[in-house]
This record gives sequence, structure tokens and C-alpha cells, in this order.
Amino acid sequence: MSWTLVLTLSAVAYFFKATGLVVVGGRQLPGIVNRCLDLIPAALVSALIINSTLGGDDGIVVDARAIGVAAAVLLAAKRAPLVVVIMAGAAVTAFARAVGLAA
Amino acid sequence: MTEALSNTNKNERSLVMSCAVLGAAVGVFGIAFGVGSVAAGGSIAMTCVMSLLVFTGASQFSAVSVIASGGSTAAALGGASLLAARNGVYGLAMSRTLQGSVLSRLVAAQITIDESTAMSTAQTHPRAARAAFWWTGVSVYVFWNLGTLIGALAGNAIDPEQFGLDAAFPAGFVAMVIPHLRHQNGRRAAAIGAVACALTIPFLPPGMPILCAAVGVLVGVKKP
Repeated sequence: MSWTLVLTLSAVAYFFKATGLVVVGGRQLPGIVNRCLDLIPAALVSALIINSTLGGDDGIVVDARAIGVAAAVLLAAKRAPLVVVIMAGAAVTAFARAVGLAA
Repeated sequence: MTEALSNTNKNERSLVMSCAVLGAAVGVFGIAFGVGSVAAGGSIAMTCVMSLLVFTGASQFSAVSVIASGGSTAAALGGASLLAARNGVYGLAMSRTLQGSVLSRLVAAQITIDESTAMSTAQTHPRAARAAFWWTGVSVYVFWNLGTLIGALAGNAIDPEQFGLDAAFPAGFVAMVIPHLRHQNGRRAAAIGAVACALTIPFLPPGMPILCAAVGVLVGVKKP
């Protein structure tokens, strides 16, 4: 671990974060670009769900997280508040691990 | 009028509550990061500066784990940068929601991460979307850095997995993706994104599968 790593990574991370926000800014964009930008959250958030539920060191891993997230899907479909969905996801996962149902 | 007003207050309260819970969960991972970074040979100062300046958890964990397993600075930077690249896509998505000067955008950039973007874009009204972005970003920033400091000082931490906290994030994202599934194009983009990510996880380095999911936005090329 070195200061070179810390500071270079800081610069790279900030560059990525700022580029889209500042370059596009509040500018009016053509309709086709707007329609595509509107779909970024749908595409990327669903990928984040897959990645943080099934992502492991060597490819796809099905473990206790999948059980907790399944519970979260049921609650979210019933329009439970976000806080409830998050806590239930964590609690069900912890329970599945504690009783040895899954790793 | 009074009813509408009290509804607004209620919504805002539950929004702030959600942001705080999300922040607290992130804080526990901040502790784990602080411990891991010091164990990988980072000083307390390096560890805290990394959380303050880099502030994108997945990249930080990735960099520290490469160093801990004996990798070079270049290798640590490569993986961490790939993971950070998705924040650029979030910036594009947030660019129209956030209003204001270049200066306020430069501040907003630092908190443009998974949680703030997902939380903001799940809101229906532009005002709520902006509030959700700032509340979530600031809450996660405070808890992540507080957690990092505690972890770096304490040197040993509770195991987030024991409390199922590794599932707290996908669970939260599930609730946040639902508003995007109300329209057909949103459902298509979400399905393509999820499949693209799942198919590429086994082959690509961490971070890349999430970027590959961006192919789902091409659903928007055709007029609805």
C-alpha cells in the first residue's frame, strides 16, 4: 500500500464521477440520447442486484444471500418500505447462515 | 392542502430514515475496509484518506485485496479503476436530475455512487430525486468514513456477513429498481442488464459485468 496508489486512485475515481455530471451538465440532449440515459438506472441497478447477490471470487456463487434477496423481492413486490426490505434481506440471510441452511 | 403537506413531510421523514439505515449498513463495511486496509500494510492516514477521496467502496476493497495478496500498485489500480468506471455512467444518468452550478456539480460528483444514484432515480418527483441523491450521498459519506476510521484504529471488526449485511445492498437495490419496471422499456432494459451481467460474471474481471449491463439502455434507441 502506498500514497501513489491512494492518490492516483482518488484522481481516477473522481475523474469518472465528475465527467458525466459536468460534461453533460444541464444541457438539452437529443431525444434518442435522453431515452437511453433514462434507462441507465433500470439496466445498471438490476445488474448490481445480480452482481451483489451472486457474485463471488470465482464466478457465480449461490449462497445465503440468494435466500435473503428472494425474501426482499417478495416484500418489495408487496410494496413494503425500503427500510423493511433492507432489514428483512439482511435478517433472512443472517438466519440462513446461523442455522446452516447456506453459506 | 394540510393533508398534502403532511404527506410530503411523512415522505421526507421516511426518505431520511431510509438513507440513515442504508448509511449505517455501509458504515459496517467501512469498519471492515479500515481493518483490511491496515492489515494490508496501509497506515491509518492512508486508509482514511482513501475513504475520504476515493469514496467508492467496491474499488477500495478491490485495491486493498490485490495489495494484500501481494499484487503490484499497477494491478491494484487496474481492477479498482474498472470498478470505478461505472460511476461515470451514473454521472450521465444524474446529470439532468441535479441542477445548479458547475461548483455544486463538482461537489455532487464525489457522492455519485451506486446508492445515491439508485435511491435518487427510484423517486417519482424531481424534487424528491434531488433530495434523495443528497441525503443518501451525504449519509453514506459520513458513515463510510466514520466506519473506516473506527476500523483502522480498532484493527479488528465484527464480521458483516454474520449479520447478513452483504445481502442488505442487493435487497435495497431490489426495492429501488421496482419503480423502473413500471414501463415496458424499463422492464426490457432491466432484463437485458441483469442477463448481460450474469453471463459475463464468470469471464470478466470484477466491475466489467456491471458496465456490460449498460447495453440494456439501447432499448431506448427505438421510439416507444
